[in-house]
Amino acid sequence: MTVAGVMRQYQVVGRKAATDDHPNPEAYRMVIFAPNPVIAKSKFWYYLHQFRKMKKTTGEILDCVEITEKNCRTVKNYGIWLRYSSRSGTHNMYREFRDVKLTGAVSQLYDEMAGRHRCRPRSIQIIRTATVGAKDLKRTNGMQFAKAGVKFPLPHRVSSAKRGQRALSDSTYTTVRPTTFFG
Amino acid sequence: MPFTRYAEVGRVVLVNYGPESGKIATIVDIVDQNKCLIDGPQDITGVVRQVIPFSRIALTDLTVKIQRNARAKTLKAAWAEADTLNKWEATSWAKKLAAKKKRASLSDFDRFKVMVAKKQKSAIIAKKMEELAA
Repeated sequence: MTVAGVMRQYQVVGRKAATDDHPNPEAYRMVIFAPNPVIAKSKFWYYLHQFRKMKKTTGEILDCVEITEKNCRTVKNYGIWLRYSSRSGTHNMYREFRDVKLTGAVSQLYDEMAGRHRCRPRSIQIIRTATVGAKDLKRTNGMQFAKAGVKFPLPHRVSSAKRGQRALSDSTYTTVRPTTFFG
Repeated sequence: MPFTRYAEVGRVVLVNYGPESGKIATIVDIVDQNKCLIDGPQDITGVVRQVIPFSRIALTDLTVKIQRNARAKTLKAAWAEADTLNKWEATSWAKKLAAKKKRASLSDFDRFKVMVAKKQKSAIIAKKMEELAA
């Protein structure tokens, strides 16, 4: 069961345990999104025993290494193909996210699936991820921010009273409504 | 009233909240509705390149001519060409922030000096008012 949170990307390599008649079994490699390497390895076995006849007790993990983002200084468009189970069935889905890192986009995905479809992280399987060029985007939300020369004002700015206990004004009581127009 | 300050590539912003609060930076790219990628440039303002939500920044009137995702070197050159740092320091917004900071950092002796100066100022004003009233 994948716990939600900030996702990291791991490359997990594993194989069936070596025996006398098969001293060199084939090794399989998977890219797993998980919050930590423990869950990553667990997810590896979850998928692997669906694809091949091996499981944690009959196999061994050869390697589990974190994959860090090559360039986290530019914003990229990520397309994510996933499969999730809803209350009435399981479906395939394709979603797009704009983010600086792939793991950031995947974390966004889990949050958005939870928000829009009440889908828990355990019900989500990520099939494929890819970086998408701006002209190949399919969803309108990302398209409008990937465009050149995008600009928009910030209307009706409400300062959050909750964060940092910063009140909407300096005093507890005031007779003046706060201003929300800052140009 | 139409909007004049837009969230766009090249807009100079003031960071309001977080570890970089009080510093200015430039919007280098827009991620989505709620966040943007800002960069100091690091050598000039001390703000590293990072994603920051719009709720943590305030847009200023200044812009810099850069392409989206400008490198630090290009950004620095654009800032030097537009003389942005000096333009910012000359705005009354920046001056007010500086005055607030100064006032918060005064020592007790400084506050005494301020008190004496205020008294002298009001003495001059009172004398002038008396002359005008007579």
